[in-house]
Order: sequence, then structure tokens, then C-alpha cells
Amino acid sequence: MAVSTNTILICAGGACISAGEKSVKQVLEEKLREYALDGVVRVVETGCMGACDLGPIVAVFPEGVYYQKVNAENVKKIVEEHILKGRVVEEMLFEGPQGKITEEVHEEHPFFKKQVKIATRNLGIIDPMNIDEYIARDGYFALIKTLTQMSPEEVIETVKKSGLRGRGGAGFPTGLKWELTRKSPADKKFVVCNADEGDPGAFMDRSILEGDPHTVLEAMTIAGYAIGGQKGYVYVRAEYPLAIERLRNAIKQAREYGFLGENILGTDFSFDIEIRIGAGAFVCGEETALMNSIEGKRGQPNVKPPYPAQKGLWGYPTLINNVETFANIPPIIIKGADWFASIGTETSKGTKVFALAGKVKNTGIVEVPMGITLRELIYDIGGGVPNGKKLKAIQTGGPSGGCIPAEYLDTPVDYESLKKLGAIMGSGGMIVMDEDTCMVDVAKFFLQFTVDESCGKCVPCREGTKRMLEILEKITSGEGEEEDIEKLEELGQTIIDSSLCGLGQTAPNPVLSTLKYFKDEYEAHVKEKICPAKVCKSLIRYVIDPDKCVGCTACARVCPVNAISGEVRKIHNIDPEICTRCGSCIEVCRFGAISKVSP
Amino acid sequence: MEKSICEQHEKLYAELDKFIEEIHADGSALIEVLHKAQQLFGHLPVEVQEYIAEKLNIPVSKVFGVVTFYSFFTMKPRGKHQIKVCLGTACYVKGADRLMDRFKEELGVEEDGVTKDGLFSLHGVRCLGACSMAPVVMIGENDFYGRVTPDEVPKIIRNYTK
Repeated sequence: MAVSTNTILICAGGACISAGEKSVKQVLEEKLREYALDGVVRVVETGCMGACDLGPIVAVFPEGVYYQKVNAENVKKIVEEHILKGRVVEEMLFEGPQGKITEEVHEEHPFFKKQVKIATRNLGIIDPMNIDEYIARDGYFALIKTLTQMSPEEVIETVKKSGLRGRGGAGFPTGLKWELTRKSPADKKFVVCNADEGDPGAFMDRSILEGDPHTVLEAMTIAGYAIGGQKGYVYVRAEYPLAIERLRNAIKQAREYGFLGENILGTDFSFDIEIRIGAGAFVCGEETALMNSIEGKRGQPNVKPPYPAQKGLWGYPTLINNVETFANIPPIIIKGADWFASIGTETSKGTKVFALAGKVKNTGIVEVPMGITLRELIYDIGGGVPNGKKLKAIQTGGPSGGCIPAEYLDTPVDYESLKKLGAIMGSGGMIVMDEDTCMVDVAKFFLQFTVDESCGKCVPCREGTKRMLEILEKITSGEGEEEDIEKLEELGQTIIDSSLCGLGQTAPNPVLSTLKYFKDEYEAHVKEKICPAKVCKSLIRYVIDPDKCVGCTACARVCPVNAISGEVRKIHNIDPEICTRCGSCIEVCRFGAISKVSP
Repeated sequence: MEKSICEQHEKLYAELDKFIEEIHADGSALIEVLHKAQQLFGHLPVEVQEYIAEKLNIPVSKVFGVVTFYSFFTMKPRGKHQIKVCLGTACYVKGADRLMDRFKEELGVEEDGVTKDGLFSLHGVRCLGACSMAPVVMIGENDFYGRVTPDEVPKIIRNYTK
């Protein structure tokens, strides 16, 4: 076996790939060959390293030096300076809110320091296409332990004792779900992994599937053993082709190694896993709809009960957990329930993976212990709001969740505390919003989403959400009347009370939570016809400040509808009747002369 | 001319048959088969749906029901290059709607419309899961553009008209 002096890890997560990771890898390998280093320096593509906005990221080991924003040009420096001469390339170093760091990035850097990695323990460390690397990090050890040393009841007892709750959003105790499925009598049972991560702004499950697919397969097999199941399905959304590719490869490898298939590890337990691909329907994240979709039907939900644990796929008892929930299982089996239960709060054990996005400096994937405050999450790890803007709200739980205003920043992140605020833990999407975000517009955005995605089976969701959207459209276009706000509240409550499935029952949340905390913004739209954040097109105008305009004509040239008049070196003017509020003029003005006003 | 199109279709149907055989498809694999068919034919016209129904031994009404339920499947042809503007929350907060407007303007089509030359079709899509690069645009299956500003739209389009 060749001895390597250095290992270079390249993050091949979704964001880094889109930032040009492939060409970086190509140039890096060419350069190494040029210096005849390709035999001693190993290049490994890993899953998501988490700091998505700084990609592509390259890490050089054993030193543990991380480089950010590497491109096909400056990657040569890493070879010529760092690898050949042992000199760290200062100007490319990974930079966080607290400055540059050179060594032991995982311990010292605040982006990593406050994180506890359980579900994402292998992300950015192993090559997801290579089962041996997973095994080297204790991979499949938990499966060996369960099959050779534990009875199914002991496995379930361990999961129950760990306090793990479903990470898909609702937070149902995982061990209890396993037990209920085990106790349902049937000659056939199924395990399903819900990888239909549909919440806009959430990409945790995508990162786990792409970065560590084997952990999901291992956990599903353990679950199969615990409930007495024979077959598993991973239901992945079609928007994640890379995750599908890596899962397919992982299943093939696991079969070759005897971790899947007949008589696993020589025991009499047999289990196999297949992939099913979604086709773009948000409602398929709901478990009964998902199972209909696996059966090749329209993905519409069924009435519960019966629950999937009693009657699931093709009428057989089915255990259904989401990706992150499964990713927690192997460490719980290896390290024990007490270890897991020692992390987190009284009722929310372990960690939660969040996808930080929106108006925050460090966007990416973070895993934190339950009970951390929103402030630590947004400021210490996320680096705060960029461009000196003020934080306005944090949106969690996607279209089923709510907005938490800035004054509740010290709330601990756990299932109960977030629920109390009218938001939910959700699957882990966390969108930061600043003062330029209009909360009425955000509510409208989510309602638009649920109207599009309502499957149409039950009336409250199909018709009710549409009526709510119409009212919001009325308000944002300046036609709102005072009773509209009351109507929204009443309609929202009715939809929550009477909808068939989780989609409808939570659809009004974005409206109700913004109404709760930002009623003044709604009232400004309705009573004064003002959009305080200057977002709603019908309520704003673009104006040119005569003191700042130098008459450079840049704005007039860029305006798509010729709404700007004015001669060279003379003050320009925008005709509000023609202007479509596209905002192109603000972008090109180098003198800051154009601004939005409302009304 | 007409014959060559028929011949081409025959080839596509043969490839679809091969796929159905390979995965031992029955009615429960309908969605997989439709994915493959759309990849081959570009869209799912009624003839293709009837063919699949017969192959899998299920009613055409069921195939039609599934095709119309899922947003990934389309019965109308799409452009050679499908422009997908992500309308997820993070992208929306960072101005994806203005990006969409600019594409509409530059291409002269509405959402889900196809340009006259058949080169482009424009689609607003669900969160692509690349929120840290917001706002994002995907063209076809592989070309990804992150942190796009409306001003960059004409340049992006030019990449495909050359």
C-alpha cells in the first residue's frame, strides 16, 4: 500500500460543487502529477463540510489547515507553497467571524467550537463513495453489535432510553415508534426512510445523504432487525440527483460486503433496501402520502389512524423515520443511551442539525446540542447579519413553521420552547431575515407555496389556503380593509382544526405567527398603505435624490421600460406611472442617489 | 422526414421496454418508469402514457392521474434548455422574484412557457437545497449558477445561444 505524506480533502457538497469544486479537483490533481506528488499526496472528495458560503473548501491534513474559496487558479498555490515548501498560504485561509485560523480548526474556530457532531459526524471527513472509509470511522460496527449481541427488544429499549425524537419536525419519540411497529402482528414489515426534504430552505438531509449515505443504510438495517422487517425503501426527492447517485453506490457496496441482502453477517437476518424517487410533490413528505407514492400512486394522504405502524405500505406495518433521525442511531447503539441522553435538555435529547441560510454571514450546515440559544446559533456560529443590517426575525419549520422575532433571541432551541413561540422545530431549515424583509410578503410567500402544494383532497386546505392567499394579496397590493386581519385569524384557525393532514393543519402557521409578532406591519399595509420594509411593489415608489444625482445616465440606460428621463449631467427623474419597480436602477447607481419610499 | 421521426420513436420505445424489463417493473414502479420515459421523450404525451399503461397492466386513467399530480411530469414539450429559477425561501428573501421577472423579460415568455425557437423554457422550481448560494438558477441538469443578480441574466442566456 502506498504511503501518503499528505491527504487533501475537497468538499464535494452541493454548494461547493456549484461553486466549481470539479475544476479545482482537476487542476489540483494535474499539479500534483506535474510535481510527481500524485503517489504520495492523496486527494479525497468528501461530503459537505458545513461552511457552504465559503466554498469550495480544501483541507490539507495532517496539519488540518482549511482553505476557503479555492478556485482553479489559486489551488496551484496550495501545491506549490503548502505541499512543496510547507508554507501555509495565508491569504487563502479559512476565515470566520473571529479572524483567520491556521490549525486545529475543529476545536478553535467558533463555527465549529459550539457544534456537537453526531448525525453529521462523518460529513467532510470521509469519502462518501468509499465504504472502507465509513468502516474506518466505526461504520457498520453498530450493526454488528445489534446482530450479534442484542435482541430486538434490547435495541428498542436503547433507542427509547436515549430519548431520541423524530427529526422530521413533529418530534415523536423514535423508540416508541419502533416498539409500536414491532408489536403490530404481521408476516411482513417495512422500514422507510423519509428523504423527501421538501421545506424550502432546508438542506440537512441532502448533506447527510450526499456526505454519509452508509449511516442511513446501517440505521435502516438496525431498524429492520428491531421491528422484524425484511425490506426498506429510501424515498428521495427527484431534486437531489447527487444524493441518489451516492445512495445507489452505497447500497451496491453494502451488498458486496454482506451488510445488506440474505443472511447478513452470517446470521439468519435478511434485509434489503431499494431507492424510490419522488416526482416533485411537497405533500409526499407527509408519511401516508409518501407511502402512497412508493406504491406508485398519487401522493395523497390518508386519514390517521390507522397509523403506518399498524397499517402502512401495502397494508403492512411500516416504520418511517427521516434521514437525520436514522443518522443518530449508529452512535446511540455504539456509545449507549446514557451518553446520548446526557446531551441536550430535559425533553429534547441529543443534537439538531440546522441549515442556516438567508441574511446571515456563515450559511451552511451546523449541528448543535439541543438547548443552545438562537443568539448563539445566529451570532456565534452564524456570524450575525451581514452589511450592518438589523436582525428582524428567524423563520423555522418552513411552510409549516413560524417567524420568531429578534427579541426572543435568548430562547433555547428545543421542541417545547419553539412551539410555545408559535414556531416549530421543523426539519431544521433556519432562514434569517433582516430589516429589508416584509413579514406580510413572507407570509404571502409561504401561503403561495401551500396553495401550490395542497393536494386537493380535503376542502379546508384546498379552498381555505386559497382564500387566505387572496386576502394577503389584497393587503400587499394596498387594497386591504381592517376586517381582513380578523378574517385571516379566523380562517387560519378553522384550517388548522379541520384539515386532513399535517400540510393543512400547519399551513396557516406562517400567517398566524407573523400576525402575532408583526401585527403593526399588517396594520401599516392596511391602514396607512405603507410597506415599512419597502418590499411590496404596489406600496412603494423609486425616487432620485437631486442632491446626489450627477446625471451619469446609467440608470436611464438600464431601465427596461424607459421610465427614467434626464439629460447627461442633469438630474434624472423616475416616472412612477411607467416604473415597474424592478430595482435595476438602484443596482447600477454608483452614487447612492436612488432609494425606495413608501408610500 | 416523417419516417425518420417514427424510427427514432421506435428506438425510444425499445429503450423504455428494456428499462421496464431490467427493473422487473409492475404497477408500483410507475413513477420510476415515468421518470425514464420523460427522460427519453422529453415529455409525456398521451400515446406514451397509453403505452406505459399497457406495459404495466394498469388503467390509463391511473397513469394520467399520476402524471398530472406530480409537478416533475409534463405533457407539454419543454425547451431544449430548461431554465429553473429556485423560488425557495432563502432565494426569495434574496430577490429570486426579481430574477424571474428579468428572465421573463429577456426571453419574452411567461413561467412554464417555451421560447418560439424551442431553445428555452422557463420554470420556477422548489427549493434546490443550495440555499447558501442564493439566489440560484439551474439550467438543464448540470449547469448551476449561484448568487445571480438580474444584471447577469442576459449573459447567462448568451451562454446557450452561441
